[in-house]
Amino acid sequence: MLSANTTAQKLTGDSQPQHAAPGLMARIGDRPVLWRVLSLALFCAVWEVGARASGNFAFPSFSQTLFAFLEMIGDGSLFWAYGRTLEPLVIGVTFSLLVGIGTGVAMGLRRDVEWLTLPVFIVMQAAPMAALIPLVTFVYGIGLASKVVAVVMLSLPVIAMNSYKAVRNTSPSLTAMCHSFQGSRWQQISKVILPEASPMIFAGVRLGVAEGFSGVVLAELLITPTGIGDLITYHRSIANFDSMYAVIVSIVVFAVVTVTLLQLLETALFRPDKRRSK
Amino acid sequence: MTMAEPIVAAPERRAASDVAAPIVEVRGVHKIYNGDVVALKDINLSFEEGRLTSLLGPSGCGKTTLLKIIAGLLEPTAGEVMVKGRKITGPGPERAFVFQDFALMPWATVLRNAAFGLELRGVPAKERNETARHYVEEVGLKGFEEKYPHELSGGMRQRVGLARALAVNADVLLMDEPFSAVDEQTRRKFQEDLIRLREVENKTFLFVTHSIEEAVYVSDRIILLSPRPGRVNNVIDLDIRRGDDPEAIRRDPNYLDTVEEIWRGIKQYLD
Ligand SMILES: Nc1ncnc2c1ncn2[C@@H]1O[C@H](COP(=O)(O)OP(=O)(O)O)[C@@H](O)[C@H]1O
Ligand SMILES: [Mg+2]
Repeated sequence: MLSANTTAQKLTGDSQPQHAAPGLMARIGDRPVLWRVLSLALFCAVWEVGARASGNFAFPSFSQTLFAFLEMIGDGSLFWAYGRTLEPLVIGVTFSLLVGIGTGVAMGLRRDVEWLTLPVFIVMQAAPMAALIPLVTFVYGIGLASKVVAVVMLSLPVIAMNSYKAVRNTSPSLTAMCHSFQGSRWQQISKVILPEASPMIFAGVRLGVAEGFSGVVLAELLITPTGIGDLITYHRSIANFDSMYAVIVSIVVFAVVTVTLLQLLETALFRPDKRRSK
Repeated sequence: MTMAEPIVAAPERRAASDVAAPIVEVRGVHKIYNGDVVALKDINLSFEEGRLTSLLGPSGCGKTTLLKIIAGLLEPTAGEVMVKGRKITGPGPERAFVFQDFALMPWATVLRNAAFGLELRGVPAKERNETARHYVEEVGLKGFEEKYPHELSGGMRQRVGLARALAVNADVLLMDEPFSAVDEQTRRKFQEDLIRLREVENKTFLFVTHSIEEAVYVSDRIILLSPRPGRVNNVIDLDIRRGDDPEAIRRDPNYLDTVEEIWRGIKQYLD
């Protein structure tokens, strides 16, 4: 799939129209680098000034939060917490990627699969999954399994639905072209349909991964406090608000970085034409 | 110019009058979409080797449908298509299609697009790129091999589509309004290039157009289709001398008369 052309890539962000409504994390992931740095700096400045002006004990300033963050890196508590949180996140997201992309692509390619599975995903996507997370504990208890299920519940539908729509919206003209040059069905899928669908599939992956982060943090807050959720709960209970903020901000940043890296991967793998555009 | 009998030419007459053997034969083809749209009704045609035949008719008369049936991309509701004496069941290596909307892969370079037919056949990269490079040059795109389609103009994109069809070395080129999506100047240049291309490439061309001028300019023979239901209205053999000066043809009285005559014949179908 990689073309011979793998010259130095200049990534200036994706200007593709987004098909699915992008979440905050995915949207930040779509802006050019400079713009992102500037807006981030502005955000930090407003935060600093706003917090100092308010004088509210429960609203630490940016610099206080930053120090608390460095402190937690120093004593290792942040690493330990991430280790715990990443386990259900990675298992859940991996499962959602495999099953979501697989099912979504199959739904796009075959009417019978679509007919069988589409209603399930439509319901899953429409239902308020966060509200269902406490129910999961009745079935899977309070261990790792529940948290994995929570991640899957939030990330799977958006990944599957995007993959499905991506494949369904591929151009009939390109598949006809492939057919006219006697391409096999497999060649049609691998050389035409998947590369054409990949931007939208990846848009779904980015949204799904962002949802997965929500899922794991919700599970840690709602099911049993472990990892990041535990750290947030603990620092709140002892009124250590700068540390609590530091943890929350760190997970947001971590999610944004992950989602951005995914986008770089996509462009490198499937769409060499996008590197030169704009 | 001779006005042949419409619809079916008797086989013995065809054998006597034609210089070349038919490479493509369409026999009794009907096409009905969704049970009620009659797109084609009883089409019987033969296309001789080495000639350029145009399918001419107003929009919606079934030109694309007929060409796709010949390409093996669509199944006729009834009837059959023979290519080199064998009934077709799908696309084949002896036919190559040039698409109206170019059908280029936006994520692939000009060279990869041009080589795609060979890639699908499993030709090794080095060999297929060499062949594609030759045809990219032949259609006038030397220097653009590493560009992507979005970096090219409409006319240049269609040249890539043409290079891709030439690269697989098919005997029959099926072109569906290949120049309709490009501007007028580019279109004229294209028509001239097509005539020149025929001198280099010994191929049979089936050329779909809705432009009378274009059909008369490039064709050896024109098949006039009439709409609702799509059927063969007339077959016109042309004898226009295509000398060294492509511009001279457009002023040739023979050319102008033929355009006028076909226009009078078609006018009755437009309301
Ligand atoms: N996939 C389709 N389903 C239903 N009707 C179609 C389809 N494709 C073409 N038609 C109809 O068949 C007729 C011929 O279409 P087409 O072959 O595209 O004509 P042309 O290429 O001469 O403009 C038109 O009336 C068109 O509406
Ligand atoms: Mg058409």
